[in-house]
Amino acid sequence: MAQANRPLSPHLQVYRWGAHMAVSILHRATGSALAFGAILLTWWLVALATGHDYFSTVQGFAGSWFGRLILFGITFSLMQHLASGIRHLFMDMGRLYDLKINTLTAKSTFVFSIVATLGIWYAAYKVMGVL
Amino acid sequence: MTDMKTPIAKVRGLGSAKDGTHHWLSHRVTAIANIPLVIFFVVSFVGNAGKGHAEWVAWLKQPIASVLMILFIANMVYHMRLGLQVLIEDYVYDPGTKFASMIALTFSCVLIASLSIFSILRIAFGG
Repeated sequence: MAQANRPLSPHLQVYRWGAHMAVSILHRATGSALAFGAILLTWWLVALATGHDYFSTVQGFAGSWFGRLILFGITFSLMQHLASGIRHLFMDMGRLYDLKINTLTAKSTFVFSIVATLGIWYAAYKVMGVL
Repeated sequence: MTDMKTPIAKVRGLGSAKDGTHHWLSHRVTAIANIPLVIFFVVSFVGNAGKGHAEWVAWLKQPIASVLMILFIANMVYHMRLGLQVLIEDYVYDPGTKFASMIALTFSCVLIASLSIFSILRIAFGG
């Protein structure tokens, strides 16, 4: 850029971290992770349409410890993005800007996403008869 | 010569996005539609966890499952396209790279949606 020594205005580093900042940047991070999840879902659907053998290969990968780790991360990303997204819809309507309620709802998205993620995996293992 | 244009008409479309509120609004509408579709998707995949090829095919063949999966893919990929566009606008500075990234993003999203929806239709209409 033209003026390299131009003084910069204070940015991220001058602010104390809070739940509202974490939930904001996590909304982008989880959204990006979900884009990767969309590719995996496409791969899975193509495998299902291709046939039994190829589908078994993909299911084998999904069921491995590495596959389950990725799917667990995608589940958390989906739940966090969902909760944070609903919070954003309220903020788009001009709500939740009061400092206390803003922080409370930011923290609530984490409580929701963690509980929902664990609940989904518990239910899935129950369905599979593992638990 | 007197310019009869109002100030707002002169600046409209000249922002960094070269666009108005359509992107913003579409992002919100697809977000709202995603809420019930994601619930359907999660409930279905938990309910069928651990099943084999034949059972998954039988599930997806049901008209409700096929249609809701297609709607989920279409709506989710559109929402994803709009969201990733903002990331490129925010983090890719070079105009050439930005243009190439946008084109790559659009092509990828169309490819993902087409592959997914074709696969669902093939299962739905297949023997």
